Amino acid sequence: MSPFFSQEVPLSWYLLLSAALFSLGVAGFLIKRNLITVFMSIELMLNGVNLSFVTFAHQWHAVKGQIFVFFVMMVAAAEAAVGLAIIIAVFRARATLAVDRIDLMKL
Amino acid sequence: MHLILFIVFAGFCLAGAINLLIQSHPINSALSLIVVMTSLAVLYLLLGAEFLAAAQVIVYAGAIMVLFTFVVMLLNAGREDRTLGSRAARMVGFPAVVVILGVMSTVILKAQSLGVASLSDGITSTEELSEVLFTKLLLPFEVTSVLILIAILGAVALAHNDGEEPGEGTRSK
Amino acid sequence: MNGYLHLWLIPLLPFAGFLINGILGRRLPKWIVTTVALMAPLGSFLLVLLNALLAFTPKEFRYWNGPGPLPLMLSTIPWVETFGNWINTGILHVNFSFVLDQLSLVMLLVITGVGFLIHIYSVGYMSNDEGYARYFSYLNLFLFFMTVLVLAGNALLMFVGWEGVGLASYLLIGFYFEKKSAADAGKKAFIVNRIGDFGFLIGMFLLVSNFGTLTFSEIATKLGQDPGWNGGVVTVIALCLMLGAAGKSAQLPLYIWLPDAMEGPTPVSALIHAATMVTAGVYMVARTHVLFDHSPFALGVVAIVGAATAIFAATIALVQNDIKRVLAYSTISQLGYMFLACGVAAYSAAIFHLVTHAFFKALLFLAAGSVIHGMGGEQDLRKMGGLWKKLPVTFAVTTVGVLAIAGIYPFAGFFSKDAILYAVFLQETNGKILYSVGLLTALLTSFYMFRLWYLAFMGESRSPEVHPHESPWSMRGPLVILALLSICGGWIGIECFGAFLAPSVGSRFAEAGGWHIQIPYLPFAISLEFMLSVAAVLVALEGGLLADKFYRRKPSRPAQWAAALPTSYKLLVNKYFVDEVYGAIVVKPLLGISKFFLEWVVDVGILGGVAWLLAGIATFAGAILQRWQSGNIRSYAAWLAAGAAVVLMFILIPWTTFWPASMALIWKAVRH
Repeated sequence: MSPFFSQEVPLSWYLLLSAALFSLGVAGFLIKRNLITVFMSIELMLNGVNLSFVTFAHQWHAVKGQIFVFFVMMVAAAEAAVGLAIIIAVFRARATLAVDRIDLMKL
Repeated sequence: MHLILFIVFAGFCLAGAINLLIQSHPINSALSLIVVMTSLAVLYLLLGAEFLAAAQVIVYAGAIMVLFTFVVMLLNAGREDRTLGSRAARMVGFPAVVVILGVMSTVILKAQSLGVASLSDGITSTEELSEVLFTKLLLPFEVTSVLILIAILGAVALAHNDGEEPGEGTRSK
Repeated sequence: MNGYLHLWLIPLLPFAGFLINGILGRRLPKWIVTTVALMAPLGSFLLVLLNALLAFTPKEFRYWNGPGPLPLMLSTIPWVETFGNWINTGILHVNFSFVLDQLSLVMLLVITGVGFLIHIYSVGYMSNDEGYARYFSYLNLFLFFMTVLVLAGNALLMFVGWEGVGLASYLLIGFYFEKKSAADAGKKAFIVNRIGDFGFLIGMFLLVSNFGTLTFSEIATKLGQDPGWNGGVVTVIALCLMLGAAGKSAQLPLYIWLPDAMEGPTPVSALIHAATMVTAGVYMVARTHVLFDHSPFALGVVAIVGAATAIFAATIALVQNDIKRVLAYSTISQLGYMFLACGVAAYSAAIFHLVTHAFFKALLFLAAGSVIHGMGGEQDLRKMGGLWKKLPVTFAVTTVGVLAIAGIYPFAGFFSKDAILYAVFLQETNGKILYSVGLLTALLTSFYMFRLWYLAFMGESRSPEVHPHESPWSMRGPLVILALLSICGGWIGIECFGAFLAPSVGSRFAEAGGWHIQIPYLPFAISLEFMLSVAAVLVALEGGLLADKFYRRKPSRPAQWAAALPTSYKLLVNKYFVDEVYGAIVVKPLLGISKFFLEWVVDVGILGGVAWLLAGIATFAGAILQRWQSGNIRSYAAWLAAGAAVVLMFILIPWTTFWPASMALIWKAVRH
């Protein structure tokens, strides 16, 4: 193989990817109109952060970073369950999943 | 090898993320997100986190995204249509995103102390992970399981159907 | 016997009575209220008697036969009890201290004794009144403050009592507070008193700044030590104190509250506005006599004010038709006598007249109350008459009182009034003029008192439809006791009285030339005094005869005289229009300024404007911020992202290098 393929990947690229994923998640949070899609953008943000944690864990040879990712995953799972249940309840009350239409507390 | 794998799977990540933003039907967005998750699992492997890669696939792509898909199908969410949008989101939000991306990129690119990712000596074995997890951090571990139990209960309570049809809640009582 | 005199109990018992009757009185049965209310002054009176016996029983009284003070038992007179510090700064040290000396003992005997009798009288007079407990609690409160006033050892504690009796007077004058005239009279009394108190306060401030102390004994010591204190500052202090006394004791020009104070119940008029509170001014002048002694100018002012007030009030009393008003103006006139006596530095004569006046004026007021009670509330003299048959006891005691106030021998008023006129006559500056004013006032006094006597009691009844009945014995008893005191109250004689009081008020009277208890003469002094007393009695009898001519023999004569001198009659009946003049000069401008300035400028303008401004700011800010809380999730998300971006910026970009440089760049860009 040519030397190009055996080059090492600088860690900053991983971190840039993580920043990009996070920003895309924020953008999605602002753009998307469907409630479920907004929630998915939140998951995207969380994944971006997970990547950055694992990167730093690799750099410092620290297990703590990976453990943190582990816990983030668990909490994200719980959060997804509850959040989707809320979305279902909101849908039952409003019959719509449009973020812009759900703006009043009074029915 | 490392480089090629990284470029390919990072490209998959970015493509999936951008696709999530572009698509109008939520099911397409969900599938793109699954692509992002699995690509990230590969990237974790490249960084030596074996267990996390597995967990990413199992938990995130295999459970959470499935849950999302279920909900999309349950609620019969359709294509998004145009709405008013929000002026604040456009005027304040997008500059915010740009600023976030710009600041973080600048800081990352300027950092001196980052090295390179090496495949050989960066592997963290599952044994190492579990040793810390089950001795020093046993309590948080157990609490997390309780947390998930609570989340399940909460989800059941919230989404409990008393026999109503969707949309019945809006009819004034 | 240097025993412990328990001076603190003397005010405390009435205060306890005030608290009990005031707080619980409405719920207690009437006999408990009465008992509590009567036990308080009785207890105080017995304590005062005990103190008198302990402290002031003279040794070898029988062997004393000359001028000079009586040798008394308690060697530490004046007896001082201190209850602790009050004010303790560098300049001023004031304690809570009670001082018992001869002067305060005499005042206490009068206050608690006559007070107790009036309490008994009130039991009968107010028995049907709804505010029974409230009345007695106020009356006990008054006793508390009055005893504090006379027992006080320094001017500040006296001022506490001073203000307190003003308060009690306000409460009692406005007792029937549902009547507007009564409420107004209460306010008027308090406000006019306050004007006098302003003088008292200025006097106190000057005392502090010049003497550094407010304690009377220390002031006397300092004045005695330094012979340079004469005139000047002392005059100013004395005049300021005189202003306070004029307010409290209803002298010109601050007498206007006393006639209106007759709106209160009659026993209140007897106690407060005849016997005790209005005499507080005289007491105060006597207590601070050292200041007045060093300032002949102030003494002259006091004498002139006293004499002017005496004749002024006597002329008004000639034509008043309300029985209580006649007595009120008579009180003002007699207080003028007391101030006249103080003005010639005959303080013991003033106090002597104070004591006898307490007896007969309280008697007259209570008898008037009995008449009013019997007539069913009627107070107009023109509607009374022929009461000597229907109210015999009241008639008898009123006769005694009238004779006493007119100054007929051997009733009480003769001795005290005579002592005053004698001292005035001997005065070098203006003595004869003041004496003639005093004598003329005695004539007028006798005239209007006999006029009252004739109109109320003699002749035929002018309102035959009313059937008056005699008062119950709770009311008649004190009347009889006071009548007895009015008869024999003066027999102690000014010589003995003056000797008793000499250590506390000075003994100028003794310097006037020898006087003895026994008969032998020093020809000139005794005969002058004798001549003057004969003149006084003749004047009093002449007044009685004139009243007889006008009101018995030819009852139409007063109307003829009134028709013959219409302007003077109108002037007198309307009290020289003084109230109207005050109203125009003082009251109306104040009301006008208040209405314009305080109501429009301050209340509506400033306060209203500030409130409007604050509310406007809140509303405006709220309206702006309201648009931010739109309920739109995307807008919220946008602001969240913006906040996160700002936080990231501030965390990640190093402070010390980047921010100052960039801020400087931005500033330069903005300025160009």
